[in-house]
Amino acid sequence: MSSDASDGADAKTALRVRALESLLLEKGLIETDAIEELVDMFENRLGPWNGAKVVARAWTDPAFKQRLLQDGTAALAEMGFDTIQGEEMVIVENSPGVHNVIVCTLCSCFPWAVLGLPPVWYKSAPYRAEAARDPRGVLREFGTEIDGDTEVRVWDSNAELRYMVLPERPAGSDNMDAAALAELVTRDSMIGVSKVAPP
Amino acid sequence: MNSIHDMGGMHGLGPLDPSDDEIVFHAAWEGRTMALARAMMAGKHFNLDEYRYAMERIDPARYLQFSYYERWLEGTLNLLMEKGVITQQEFDAQLSKLSKADS
Repeated sequence: MSSDASDGADAKTALRVRALESLLLEKGLIETDAIEELVDMFENRLGPWNGAKVVARAWTDPAFKQRLLQDGTAALAEMGFDTIQGEEMVIVENSPGVHNVIVCTLCSCFPWAVLGLPPVWYKSAPYRAEAARDPRGVLREFGTEIDGDTEVRVWDSNAELRYMVLPERPAGSDNMDAAALAELVTRDSMIGVSKVAPP
Repeated sequence: MNSIHDMGGMHGLGPLDPSDDEIVFHAAWEGRTMALARAMMAGKHFNLDEYRYAMERIDPARYLQFSYYERWLEGTLNLLMEKGVITQQEFDAQLSKLSKADS
């Protein structure tokens, strides 16, 4: 479900992509290995499991958390997560009175280094339009109810600046180590459309 | 610049579908499209800002009809042609060559 393209357009578009790739190959402007390598990176090496490790470490290492909130780009680089396109990273922390959610109203800017490529809904017109206007309503679509006393902050990502949410550590996780905690952290909780469920 | 891509706060764009299958690319061509665009940027045929602007310049009606990676593909094609890296004639010839080979 939620495919990016309709099936009818798909074959025609696939042909256009093949035409472009083969043309660039004939001109010696690309190498097939490099293209395969890029596809593999986006499909298999970048993903929310990276961000989950960052969150789990922030929950268990107060000094790291402080560095992460102060200078996200540097703290992520410390863990080996360099930003892909040279963008700055800002980590926004959820707390009992504040809930953060990220969007890219202009297109699809997303913290690739820690979350991989965005899901289809993140790139969709309704999310881009409505997250800015009615964030509580959007969160409800994801089954997330934010009480009226909690401030909802919406962060609009752009080319130079990307955000990641540091979700709240769930109740009942006191005895868990960082590796076990990372298993609890979902991609959606780092976008801010959901919370991390208790174990 | 305010054009169709500047969607924050816009009304009437339809219901949000929050479902997610966690599949990164829903067709092989989507991954190839992304990789080709990245490779062109790595090869300095265009930069990221030019690339975004190329997608933002897509005709508004087509912008809304295109899927996400269709926009990437059209942005890449338009820029490569504007920069003279490929020509429309070359691309059309390649398309027809592949169509014939397939049939």
